[in-house]
Amino acid sequence: MKPGRFDSTVLTFCFAFLYLPIIILVVYSFNASKLVTVWGGFSLQWYRSLWSNESLMDAAWVTARVGVLSATIGTVLGTLAALTLVRFPRFPGRIPFTGMIYAPLVMPEVITGLSMLLLFVALDIDRGFWTVVIAHTTFTMCYVAIIVQSRLLTFDRSLEEAALDLGCPPVKTFFKITLPLILPAIVSGWMLAFTLSLDDLVIASFTTGPGATTLPIKIYSQVRLGVTPEINAVCTILIALVTTGVIIASISAKRAELRRIHDEHVALRGTS
Amino acid sequence: MAKSLGPVKRKFSPWTDPSATPFIRFENVTKTYGDFTAVDNLTLDIYEREFFSLLGPSGCGKTTLMRMLAGFEEPTSGRILLQGQDLAGVPPYRRPTNMMFQSYALFPHMTVEKNIAFGLEQDGLQKADIKARVEEMLKLVKLEPFAKRKPAQLSGGQRQRVALARSLAKQPKVLLLDEPLGALDRKLREETQFELMDIQHTLGLTFLIVTHDQEEAMTVSDRIAVMDKGVIVQVATPAEIYEAPNCRYVADFIGDINILEGKVTAEGGAPVSPGHPPVMTLVSEGLQIAVEQECPAAVGDAVAFAVRPEKVRISLDQPADTAVNAAHGEVWDIGYLGDFSVFLVKLDDGRIIRAAQANVSRLVDRPITYGDKVWLKWPLDAGLVLTR
Amino acid sequence: MAETPTSFAKASPSRWLIVTIPYLWLVLFFAAPFFIIFKISLSDTAIAMPPYEPVFEGFASLGDFLSKLDFENYQSLWGDSLYLSAYLSSLRIAAISTLLLLMIGYPMALAMARAPSTIRPTLMMMVILPFWTSFLIRVYAWIGILKPEGLLTAALHAVGLMAPDQQVEIYRTDYAVFIGIVYSYLPFMVLPLYSALEKLDGTLLEAASDLGCPPWKAFWKITFPLSLPGVIAGSMICFIPITGEFVIPDLLGGPETLMIGRTLWVEFFGNRDWPLASAVAVVLLLALVVPIVIFQNQQQKVR
Repeated sequence: MKPGRFDSTVLTFCFAFLYLPIIILVVYSFNASKLVTVWGGFSLQWYRSLWSNESLMDAAWVTARVGVLSATIGTVLGTLAALTLVRFPRFPGRIPFTGMIYAPLVMPEVITGLSMLLLFVALDIDRGFWTVVIAHTTFTMCYVAIIVQSRLLTFDRSLEEAALDLGCPPVKTFFKITLPLILPAIVSGWMLAFTLSLDDLVIASFTTGPGATTLPIKIYSQVRLGVTPEINAVCTILIALVTTGVIIASISAKRAELRRIHDEHVALRGTS
Repeated sequence: MAKSLGPVKRKFSPWTDPSATPFIRFENVTKTYGDFTAVDNLTLDIYEREFFSLLGPSGCGKTTLMRMLAGFEEPTSGRILLQGQDLAGVPPYRRPTNMMFQSYALFPHMTVEKNIAFGLEQDGLQKADIKARVEEMLKLVKLEPFAKRKPAQLSGGQRQRVALARSLAKQPKVLLLDEPLGALDRKLREETQFELMDIQHTLGLTFLIVTHDQEEAMTVSDRIAVMDKGVIVQVATPAEIYEAPNCRYVADFIGDINILEGKVTAEGGAPVSPGHPPVMTLVSEGLQIAVEQECPAAVGDAVAFAVRPEKVRISLDQPADTAVNAAHGEVWDIGYLGDFSVFLVKLDDGRIIRAAQANVSRLVDRPITYGDKVWLKWPLDAGLVLTR
Repeated sequence: MAETPTSFAKASPSRWLIVTIPYLWLVLFFAAPFFIIFKISLSDTAIAMPPYEPVFEGFASLGDFLSKLDFENYQSLWGDSLYLSAYLSSLRIAAISTLLLLMIGYPMALAMARAPSTIRPTLMMMVILPFWTSFLIRVYAWIGILKPEGLLTAALHAVGLMAPDQQVEIYRTDYAVFIGIVYSYLPFMVLPLYSALEKLDGTLLEAASDLGCPPWKAFWKITFPLSLPGVIAGSMICFIPITGEFVIPDLLGGPETLMIGRTLWVEFFGNRDWPLASAVAVVLLLALVVPIVIFQNQQQKVR
């Protein structure tokens, strides 16, 4: 077999494996029948019943608020952490700091969740909405830190030096030069943080309290009781949201790339 | 790009005037990074309106020296004075120097106009003044039609001009240029060199340029400081650096040169004619060499004789006097450069001497070719003796 | 070159804020909890809420506290074969899954890296996209497929590969767990492999071929050794979280599928034995950290 054909066979199988389950789930959310194996015709009834399912809608609202808040705080903290990692090569306690940034990325969620919970209990903090936000902030900031760090590592420091040289003080330089240029990385860090928060079941389960049930917790408790078309519908909406977001992001990246190519042409021709 | 013909370069040599006060003074400046000494107890004076070059291989400390003047690095010890004022502790954004970066460091998210206006805005100038100044700068570097472009939409040469305009906009007391032409191709580089000289002359500014390109340094500078391993080896005008290097390192670093090791045999010989320096002689493995020079060493000292290839004449015929400053050998290799041909001549004792000959006629087959037995001959004032 | 740039904020006091804020946050919400978890794992189970004895009672009681410290919980971990086998089973499942992921992920990454450069970004995007969809949803999707009356059974019936009275018996077994893990972690394995393989200079293989090395041999002599950093990175990224995995064994595994994450969850939410759960967590943490540290040291010695 030629390598080309081998490669396309491998890719076909792997992508089928990755996508078929999701596609099946989406398709069956439009199934009129309550049985998963029987196709009873196209229907939107599960979406309608979803709309009237108040506890599910509440959970979605909680999740959205937790996501936005923790992603935003996490992005600020993560960006500061990335600046620390890249711009302060030597300061006391740098090694433990680096360790604390990388550890949450591989730490099993059950441990992170449990340890956070025990902290909140030890500090006598009532668990609920805010404890989930703090927990999510803590692990998402590390992801943001990694993304922003990799951008900062390729950042041309002479841009900042040029601004200083032209009379711009350091803090102003950060806001006028550095921040606008690393903004794309910060935005994608925020998006990743938001998605991770949206997705998290384990850490939220440990750190939540009464009245702060997130969507994954809700889905999990229902899934344990079996597959229902209603859950299929929730999942489909979530998939649609995330996919749209990712596609918009990649299209804007593509457009930036096209603009760059256009710019290069303009530069080469010497006219606009 | 029309070459503007500015006024003829004036005779300018304040460094020869003992009463002149230096504009910039590096005073016993040392900069170390851990165990590494980038700049080693260096003292240097630069005068107002001077076009001064720091020349050296990468890692010789020239960039560190410039960055210390700009304020991006603090000297480990020593002082840097600008117009007599100590710059220690003055942050880069309060120094009256501006820098043109090697990478140009144009802000990619701002237009050409905005880039040039950036420094002026920091000074809190009036909008109208800024606008006028930006236009003036655009005119100076001939980029008026490109004001609204982003750096990504410019060619390399245009970017270089924007960087220059931006660093000049604030009328700095000293303009620092870090390898300013390194990213340009050869043709454009040569044109830009002359433009830089024009601009420097018209604006009457002090330019300090860091480069590893000796041709660039020779073309633009009033004076050149050749650096090596954190110290200055020689500070002099381009002509002095080329014709009278003070050591083997400078002689070898600038241009092409033949270096023959030898021993002094006699010093203080009678001058050829009144007003000329005395003649000294040395011997280098049997070659008798005579040089018009005040002897820098004693008889019997090991020295080097250095002579540039273009000052060595090559001929098939035996010269009249073969006793001194003459050698016999065989053409070993020829480098045809168009304007010049360089002949590598293997002497009878095995050493190689290079001789360059201007190709003054349009002959495709040159009279001297591989394997020819040839004579080399140079006059008394062609070479010089180096002790270091 | 010696010209290291100095920090742009060298003279500015705000530099310490940049360091301090995220540092304090991580110390408070990430490092401190681990000390608490360690402390609680050494304390006694109490009936009260919170269901363990208080952590801090002032320094006066410190001596008292130290005298009460014991390794009872660890002893019961060791004594109870359930925990030991849960640890071993977690490591076994993680190891097998990582191997499966390598076997599937490597050809996939290789195929991606060899694809025309115009479609590579799209392929990359297609690998990442499932990662952005919820983990829970992706695992959930497999329940509908694998359960006895699910879609796989129906499909096999339809094509006649299975007698109509039979059903697929994968759901709630270790096999389902493997499928779920491979499915969920495949992007994590493929991406580091792909980035290692993509960097590979194509002329190396041409050089090998030019020097008389057949393609399959060139793969083992050139491609594979050079992709090893990717293999190691991918394996670490997968192995560690799989060991502590909870959702997959809980939703797809059977009652006999023992994994330590699940045991911890049950100990915590089911039995409400917090000190014991903490001890389970500490041991799991050590079981993960110690190999990583040893591995890192080895790596440094090699360099």
